[in-house]
Amino acid sequence: MTETQTEAQPLSFEEALEKYDPVLGFEVHVELNTKSKMFSSAPNAFGDEPNTNVNEVDLGLPGTLPVVNGKAVESAIKLGLALNCSIAEYCRFARKQYFYPDLPKNWQTSQYDEPIAYDGYLDVELDDGETFRVEIERAHMEEDAGKLTHAGTSGRIQGADYSLVDYNRTGVPLIEIVTKPITGAGERAPEIARAYVTAIRDIVKGLDISDARMERGNVRCDANVSLMPKGTTDFGTRSETKNVNSTRAVEQAVHFEIRRHAGILSTGGSIIQETRHWLETSRTTSSGRPKSDADDYRYFPEPDLVPITVTQEWIERLRAELPEPPAVRRRRLREAWGYSDAEFRDVVAAGLMDQIEETVEQGASPAVARKWWMGEISRLANARDIEPAALGVEPETIVALNVLIDEGKINDKIARQVLEHHLEGEGSPAEIVQARGLEVVSDDGALTAAVEKAMAENPDVVEKVAGGKLKAIGALIGPVMKETRGQADAGKVREIVLAKLGIEG
Amino acid sequence: MTTTPHSTDLIRLTAAEMAAKLRAGEITSVDLTQAHLDRIEAVEPTLNAFLHVSAEEALTTAAEVDKIRVAGGAEAEKLHPLAGVPIAIKDLIVTKGQPTTAASKILEGWMSPYDATVVEKIREAKLPILGKTNLDEFAMGSSTEHSAFGPTRNPWDIERIPGGSGGGSAAAVAAFEAPLALGTDTGGSIREPGAFTGTVGTKPTYGGVSRYGAIAMASSLDQIGPVTRTVEDAALLHELIGGHDPKDSTSLPEPVPALVDAARTHDVAGKKIGVIKQLATGEGYQQGVLDAFNSSLDALREAGAEIVEVDCPSFDYALGAYYLIMPSEASSNLARYDGVRYGTRVLPEEGPLTIERVMGATRAAGFGEEVKRRIILGTYALSAGYYDAYYGSAQKIRTLIQRDFDAAFEQADVLISPTAPTVAFKMGEKTDDPMAMYLNDIATIPANLAGIPGINVPAGLSDGLPVGIQFLAPAKEDARVYHAAAALEELLGGKGEVIWQQIPDLASSSVDV
Repeated sequence: MTETQTEAQPLSFEEALEKYDPVLGFEVHVELNTKSKMFSSAPNAFGDEPNTNVNEVDLGLPGTLPVVNGKAVESAIKLGLALNCSIAEYCRFARKQYFYPDLPKNWQTSQYDEPIAYDGYLDVELDDGETFRVEIERAHMEEDAGKLTHAGTSGRIQGADYSLVDYNRTGVPLIEIVTKPITGAGERAPEIARAYVTAIRDIVKGLDISDARMERGNVRCDANVSLMPKGTTDFGTRSETKNVNSTRAVEQAVHFEIRRHAGILSTGGSIIQETRHWLETSRTTSSGRPKSDADDYRYFPEPDLVPITVTQEWIERLRAELPEPPAVRRRRLREAWGYSDAEFRDVVAAGLMDQIEETVEQGASPAVARKWWMGEISRLANARDIEPAALGVEPETIVALNVLIDEGKINDKIARQVLEHHLEGEGSPAEIVQARGLEVVSDDGALTAAVEKAMAENPDVVEKVAGGKLKAIGALIGPVMKETRGQADAGKVREIVLAKLGIEG
Repeated sequence: MTTTPHSTDLIRLTAAEMAAKLRAGEITSVDLTQAHLDRIEAVEPTLNAFLHVSAEEALTTAAEVDKIRVAGGAEAEKLHPLAGVPIAIKDLIVTKGQPTTAASKILEGWMSPYDATVVEKIREAKLPILGKTNLDEFAMGSSTEHSAFGPTRNPWDIERIPGGSGGGSAAAVAAFEAPLALGTDTGGSIREPGAFTGTVGTKPTYGGVSRYGAIAMASSLDQIGPVTRTVEDAALLHELIGGHDPKDSTSLPEPVPALVDAARTHDVAGKKIGVIKQLATGEGYQQGVLDAFNSSLDALREAGAEIVEVDCPSFDYALGAYYLIMPSEASSNLARYDGVRYGTRVLPEEGPLTIERVMGATRAAGFGEEVKRRIILGTYALSAGYYDAYYGSAQKIRTLIQRDFDAAFEQADVLISPTAPTVAFKMGEKTDDPMAMYLNDIATIPANLAGIPGINVPAGLSDGLPVGIQFLAPAKEDARVYHAAAALEELLGGKGEVIWQQIPDLASSSVDV
């Protein structure tokens, strides 16, 4: 007999929170950016022709043996330290066994009961500047599986016409970070979810142990959600939404799952322990496969590898190499830049701290850097529905644009056009200004001609100005700008008009 | 001009003698290799020791060695002492350009795109590779009857098995089809066939020889080792294949010890040799085996060795622990044979073509009975809720056995026991009784569980069939087993001469198959 999950209309988020307390848990997989794979010398690279970055070890050919990538172990120790974990002096790999065509050996080499890092915590910063402590259960090393592509309408292995498998990702080093159950999040649960994953992403990026690009799957989040009726402390049955691959989607997935669970529970139904798929288009989840705590992976210590021993000296050497923790860095930069709390939070939320820091380092003032990144660049990114940081604007471009403005060669409006042309691949700001002849017209000859033309075409305006109504000059500036394609300096135009009419400005 | 001795005389030389004649220019490697290929052609219809013969490749390597020798100079000087001496390789070890099957239908037709580390070393040293030898499927067995491609017969009596799993390598060396062969030993697969065929075989210290490219049965127990007719030859081959390999994380960092030197010193005066109480008497030991064992002890004692008795009480549990650890690891190591990427793929005869059903049909058709038995046993032993009781307990026994050995080596330089409780048994005698088959390995298994070196050396005949004696030494002290084995070999008449004069002439025998 199979249990069927009660279908029920999700409750509104507010109703759900009135009745239930959410409990969260996250498993975040971080793909490391080591040159070679976890257990083989094959390259660890993204986006190459399928099945080219593989050797006999990755394919699990008969007779092959794994060798641990020492760099990956260092990355794991660094991450463990950044997550305030204890580092195991001695740990082993284990075989997690199950048959699946993306696993060449039909087991995944992972760490089971002996993770390299355990018992840590991470203080994540929320939108209003408060911090929330997430307890870390463990961080362990493992290898990634290959990538399956299922042909046919289902898009899943069940019902596929055929499936293709690319083993390039096989053996890519991963660190899996597992939280302890997160309680007390309440209505901020979705926000905490986003803040946690964002914090992990920023840490691994800061440590330079991962490319940390969520859209490429460098950081992948499985979000566990369960509810308990308000006032109780026994955890409910959880669902696990797999591979939620943006910080926004993590927030939305947790939001939806809380509503879905509440809808089922409040109508007397029960939650089935299962995996869920995140559906980006509808911002909902759909049923995956049942997941029982009794799944039997027949773990046993990997006999082909020797235990890893981590000396205190090694730990201390790596600790000394750790960069400034993101939270400390944020405090430092906010003070250095003199932004208000609200301004700074917006910068962090937009994921533009690195860009602004670099822009400032290259010579722009913090105010100018913020104006560009939070203004025009964010607007352009928004129009393209991507993250501002992903737009492809380099800090040096902003600095170059600003230099042109400061030198009076272009004005703000032109500068914005130059940026758009730059994004269309037309070259550096200086090259664009040169090629398109966008330099502000301050040459008196061309400008005088344009002014004369405007005066000739608007005799009534000229009369008003001559009669002492100096404000009327504005009506001449428009036509001059049109004539000079916006490159005229408005102040200069005013000067020429007044001079022509013999009026002291 | 040199004269070539008659080929039947050539193949009866030891590998060391062949190497000396090659170096002296008395024979060519091509002649030597051809003599072995002729012998293979003559006796293979009877023995089935080889699954694949690579005549062309062997002769090409031989010609290359001859060319370098004739040219002389630095290149010739640099040749390995065994260059030009042919070798056979157990078909559990992967070789580029020749099929590797592990004697299983599931790998039939598969060609490895890479060489095992030991094969790389053999190619580097320019030993002509004659071919791949038969074994029990995935090295699971003690008789070579579990080969998917037919059993190998014992050259001493073709109605009998040659031992296993490395019966092919042992029979090939005993029948003069090859002077040297590679085997693998997980619970006695080199030493037990050695005992049954009168050959010398060593299981090195775990980690002493790279396992890279040896198809894994039980990773924590498997070791590649030499199979030869003399102790000196085994030492020569062991030195060639041993040493650290960065591709095998379990390989020892130390360089291979001076084994050939050890095999050339025969003085046992003053050495303490420990008789393992649990492996010297008792149920299942044939009188002929015990007689040969006692004669060996007498000979060693007369040569000045001190024979002491050592007690290893945990050995009573060794077989039980072995038959939990080995199948557990094997069930995992053999999971990769699923028809998805390489080897045989079998589609279910009816019903939907799902991946699980194709994997299932492939494994049902591709694996033999014994392999399935061990996969099922191991899968069960590793199951949630049973792990501690089975795999966990077996690992504890393993620790106790290591402690027994540690204590024993406080009292003795080397330990001694019969290698197998019986001489070679008749074909079919134990195929229906797995327990009886498993009991064959009672004396060899403890060394694998403890990771220590062991050697089989022939100690005469019992009713016309060879009896083997095993020496064991502490980990990394492989030199001690070579020293002791060479001494016994010398005391019993020198390099096995006595027994080799009595082996039946196979070329004239025939068998109904």
